[in-house]
Amino acid sequence: MKQVILLIDFGSTYTKVTAVDVTQQEVMATEKSPTTISTNVTEGLNNALDNLGKIIGKDAFAKASKVASSSAAGGLRMDAIGFVPQLTLEAARMAVLNAGAKLINCYSNKLLTEDIESIGQDQIDILLLVGGTDGGNEDVLVHNAKMLSNSDLSIPIVVAGNRNCKEIVLDIFSKNNKNAIVTDNVLPEVNVLNIEPARNVIRNVFMKHIVHAKGMDEVKSYIDNVLLPTPAAILNGAKLLAEGTENEPGLGDLIIIDIGGATTDVHSVSEGLPSRPNIVLKGIPEPRAKRTVEGDLGVRFNAKSILESVGLKKFSEDLGLSPDIVTDWIEKITNETETVPQTLDEKRIDHHLAVNAVRIAVDRHVGRLKSHYTPMGEMFTLYGKDLTEVRTIIGTGGALIHSQDPSSIFQAACYSSKQPNLLKPKNARFLLDSNYILYAGGLLSEQWPDLALQIMKKQLLEVKKLEGES
Amino acid sequence: MKKNRIVMGVIGSDIHVVGNKIIHYALRQAGYQVTNLGIFNSQENFINAAKETNADAILVSSLYGHAEIDCEGMKQKCVEAGLGDVLLYVGGNLMVGKHSDEEIITRFKGMGFDRVGLPTDMPENIIAWLEEDLGGKSETSNTAD
Repeated sequence: MKQVILLIDFGSTYTKVTAVDVTQQEVMATEKSPTTISTNVTEGLNNALDNLGKIIGKDAFAKASKVASSSAAGGLRMDAIGFVPQLTLEAARMAVLNAGAKLINCYSNKLLTEDIESIGQDQIDILLLVGGTDGGNEDVLVHNAKMLSNSDLSIPIVVAGNRNCKEIVLDIFSKNNKNAIVTDNVLPEVNVLNIEPARNVIRNVFMKHIVHAKGMDEVKSYIDNVLLPTPAAILNGAKLLAEGTENEPGLGDLIIIDIGGATTDVHSVSEGLPSRPNIVLKGIPEPRAKRTVEGDLGVRFNAKSILESVGLKKFSEDLGLSPDIVTDWIEKITNETETVPQTLDEKRIDHHLAVNAVRIAVDRHVGRLKSHYTPMGEMFTLYGKDLTEVRTIIGTGGALIHSQDPSSIFQAACYSSKQPNLLKPKNARFLLDSNYILYAGGLLSEQWPDLALQIMKKQLLEVKKLEGES
Repeated sequence: MKKNRIVMGVIGSDIHVVGNKIIHYALRQAGYQVTNLGIFNSQENFINAAKETNADAILVSSLYGHAEIDCEGMKQKCVEAGLGDVLLYVGGNLMVGKHSDEEIITRFKGMGFDRVGLPTDMPENIIAWLEEDLGGKSETSNTAD
């Protein structure tokens, strides 16, 4: 009798199901069906499951464990509130992204009435409120707690600020029956980042409250375990794949690029410490598993803003096409986002969009060096992570999976001598995730880490580099 | 409550880290809560850290002789950031060339620094200044000069 696990992801467009055979340590089948958020998400799920049941057999199907992640209905939407933008607010931003949420808006210093109104319009699911290091500033956090408590907002509020304020803040919120959960400070000291506790609380709130709000109650009775925001599942998969388990080594430090229609996400799992001796780290420390989301870099909904970032003249010249052809196609795919390129020119424009989305997204993700001339010679300060030594880049998303030349898209994630201050990988191999195995690996990793690692390793395929690429 | 929160660091493109570590150690031993920003700091780094940690004093070090350029306008920025009452010290090898101790102290006090440490000052001196300034600070907050 086969033991089967079904890994389900309610994506914004597709509901994906991956069936894994535990004994064979293999993916048996993957199925997808359009997500049906407007009616009932179980419809789309059942469509996908129907197909799958035929493949894996009714018996095995009925007894299978089911685990799920979701980014349907807009995903998990959050705002972050901190004190100093470069310090506690930056730590809060990292916590939100690391928890797999979409960061809608950020607020710093003392909140005004107009900020409260703006938060009300952000249509968020959870709010993260921080401020002050432990034993540090109390005024701002207490003021902001009062403003939120006295507002009409009824969303759950996760508080991860100065621990001295814990009781005062709980008091402020309980007076008005607000749902506030207090956890450890995201920035206990100026040089110490501590986002795990906040990340865990956000995850619990997501499971308890948000799933309900997103009309997924029925699903909850259907599945056995775990409901994560999809990006959090991917980050878990990435961590496991990099670090390995007790029984099997991982791949070492890695970067994941996910090119979507609306955003391009970049994950890195690496300490990112300086690779050379004359570099000094500045700014607050970054998490070992870091996620960034570029809301302006998507190859469909946001194709226009990619074009704007590059410039129409340069974009057309790169391809040797007339600007009119470029703007016409981009206009078309922005309006009809399901459009698939047919002609060679269309394919080349699409390809160039993906290359630039990856280039800019990774530029923003990695650390940057700033040069200083000192009496001791040239020295550098580093803000962010030095990822030059990362040896593995994993790519996913339709633009990569369906590309005839994925290698040159991957290459855009690598170091360029034209921009020596951006610390992108210098010598990495490229792995393609064409079955969205990373979310599945992340979901599996909770209970079956060895199995998760096995199947991820098997499913990722190396992409050959073109001649002349380093 | 005892005022004992310190933000310290080396300003500008200055990589002299040894003195920074010694002062950090001495202050911690004396019971201060120290946030050490290390080397290569802008004025904004000190100010941001002081805001977030609710610091009682900011200690700026400089050893490579360019302190005057690096510290220009720092007191004014502190005042703008709501840190006008936070003690501001500077110390190290502050100027190159031949300047008398009095000249250096006068020049930096003129820039708004409450205390000016010279190469001859030891960590004990800094601690003694802090005890004196922070102990009586609530009564004499505007008379640090």
